[in-house]
Amino acid sequence: MMSSMIEVEVTKVKQLTDVIREFTLSPMEGALPGFSSGSHIQLHLPTSHRVLKKAYSLLSDPADTSSYRIAVRLQEHSKGGSRFMHEGLSEGDHLHITPPSNLFAPNSSARHHLLIAGGIGITPFLSYLAEFQRQSKSYELHYAYRGGVTDAYVTDLRQAFSAKLHTYDSNLQQRLDLDQLLSNQSVGTHVYVCGPERLRHSVQEAATKNAWSPSRIHWEAFSGAEPGQAFQVELARLNKTLEVSADESLLEALEASGVEIPNLCRGGVCGQCATTYLEGDVDHRDAFLSQADQSQQLMPCVSRGMCGSRIVLDL
Amino acid sequence: MSVIFNPIETYRDDFTFRNTSKAIKRFPFPFPEDQYMYSVNIEPALKGETGSVFEHWFDIDEHYRSEVAERAKVLEKDPDRCLVMPHMELAAWDSLALLMTHLASDYPEWFELHRSGDQWIWENHALNLRQAFTYGDATTLPCEPLEYITRQVQGDFAILDQRDNNLWMDAGMVTGPADWSIKFDAGMNFTQWHAPVPMAHKMGVFDRALKYLMNIQVDRPVRRLNWTMTVNPRLDTSSETYHEWGHERSLVTSENIGQMVHLRVELQFLARLPRSHALMFSIRTYLIRLDELATQPEWACRLHRVLRDLPDELADYKGLSQYRALVVDWLKSYDPAESTCCAE
Ligand code: HEM
Ligand code: FES
Repeated sequence: MMSSMIEVEVTKVKQLTDVIREFTLSPMEGALPGFSSGSHIQLHLPTSHRVLKKAYSLLSDPADTSSYRIAVRLQEHSKGGSRFMHEGLSEGDHLHITPPSNLFAPNSSARHHLLIAGGIGITPFLSYLAEFQRQSKSYELHYAYRGGVTDAYVTDLRQAFSAKLHTYDSNLQQRLDLDQLLSNQSVGTHVYVCGPERLRHSVQEAATKNAWSPSRIHWEAFSGAEPGQAFQVELARLNKTLEVSADESLLEALEASGVEIPNLCRGGVCGQCATTYLEGDVDHRDAFLSQADQSQQLMPCVSRGMCGSRIVLDL
Repeated sequence: MSVIFNPIETYRDDFTFRNTSKAIKRFPFPFPEDQYMYSVNIEPALKGETGSVFEHWFDIDEHYRSEVAERAKVLEKDPDRCLVMPHMELAAWDSLALLMTHLASDYPEWFELHRSGDQWIWENHALNLRQAFTYGDATTLPCEPLEYITRQVQGDFAILDQRDNNLWMDAGMVTGPADWSIKFDAGMNFTQWHAPVPMAHKMGVFDRALKYLMNIQVDRPVRRLNWTMTVNPRLDTSSETYHEWGHERSLVTSENIGQMVHLRVELQFLARLPRSHALMFSIRTYLIRLDELATQPEWACRLHRVLRDLPDELADYKGLSQYRALVVDWLKSYDPAESTCCAE
């Protein structure tokens, strides 16, 4: 399903540390769609050579839909996303964003929420805290950072949530002992981690070692989601070639060229759009076809040709 | 085109419920083909034609006042048909906000919502209600927020918590279910509450449906149709009141079929609740007696074939077996036996 884009204006840019900037995004009119704690949006960044799609967690209070706030860390080897955000974007600029979606929601059955943030990974938890406070939920936040570099929100957090906050500044050689932290929790506790890949691995390792069931361990997953890549498709019987761009589905490309394919869910589950292909490396993303069927059929609403490849459809 | 409400009709005792010809024309006839089998028949809920049941997210029709009155009767006897577990409080407010904003913008002649920060005023002209309240503060409403708003809307509601890769029935208002019960299903997950359904599990229908539902995004609702049959226009066929309606199946005769037997279609609509990330599942039930249905001969023709060829397991599950043969016989005269019926 393609989500319709929303146009927003950058109404405030705040430099929080040398490498972290916060952006306030406001609607052109009215309010923005509501969102839940842990939600992210995708920004479409018009960099000089192409439109980059980048996902960022919303860090503002879900009760406030007058604007969204996100924070971006400048990555040293940035291929353009964070560099553009830091150098190419200023107050008054307009951007397109997707409506919020959530792959990192707090688990309502948890009796205690254990939040572990590394550096810029603090952002989704900022949207948790407002809601947790209001609902009097039991939680604690462990925040590891490098003082003066990635400690963007530590002052605010100390003021508002000091009793629940534990900080670890690597400049001061303060270490977060995950093994000890996770060995001291009751079975009603859920752990949430957001930050560098190695922090996530350490948390998973410590949790496994202490016999936590996987359903109690949560991490922000959107960073791993594969974006679409452009590819070519040939329609064997119609004798036609189409270019499928990175931001459209194969189904949409077929429709745009006047080829009607039966479809219903547009999300890879109903089975309606199954199409036979004759050649090509297919990136199957559906939940309908069996592995055996996938050698002959693909679901164009979600599946694509591998990057830069060409697939031939029996159409 | 404004909705006009019928004088109060009943869904019990003397069963005065009837459809006007306008309601018959917009009835969501559920069969795209001459045969029926379970499938993942879910589609994006795009805005439908003006006047159709698909025009708005929440369809209000001529039976509005009658259905609201029926819900009140059920709740009077059995207040537990509305359930909100403590962790669903935010989702209950979310539901109230979603319903109020859509009703007010889709039916401005009947519903008005005025908001200033968390100070809200809700006006329901159809029921002559006016309520000023503080959003998020349940003490400023006459009852719990999900109950408050769903007492003023047609259709049942299940509010699903999403966690552990599943959906959990942790809140709802269910006064007119087709032979199930919110009390029994409370706290169950998607796989558990669907356990009684035959065949579909093996076909993989539920695994695929669940995946799809968990990905529903804010402002991208989806819908599907489901169907069964009910003897008499009885909305409340909840499992726990089976003793009140189960025996009516044996009262069907070839003389009274047209008045007694109803096709019951559920327009199921699923929307992500923005603030709580819960999922709203609304079940808007449409009833049509076979006399009314037969005013559209192509529907009668198609229903004839569907019922005739329906697998026994499905007919048993839907509770049709006792009177299916009678109905098939009654519908036969509408089937010219051409290759396919010409219903849309
Ligand atoms: C999350 C939203 C949903 C809820 C709350 C829900 C609830 C239910 C319930 C309570 C029943 C009755 C089971 C019984 O006999 O006790 C049922 C039946 C059924 N459901 Fe769902 N359901 C949902 C979504 C879906 C979806 C998306 C599908 C898509 C295929 C589906 C397919 C079915 C089927 C095929 C039946 C059997 C109906 C019949 O033959 O009359 N359900 N559902
Ligand atoms: S449209 Fe449903 S699987 Fe493609």
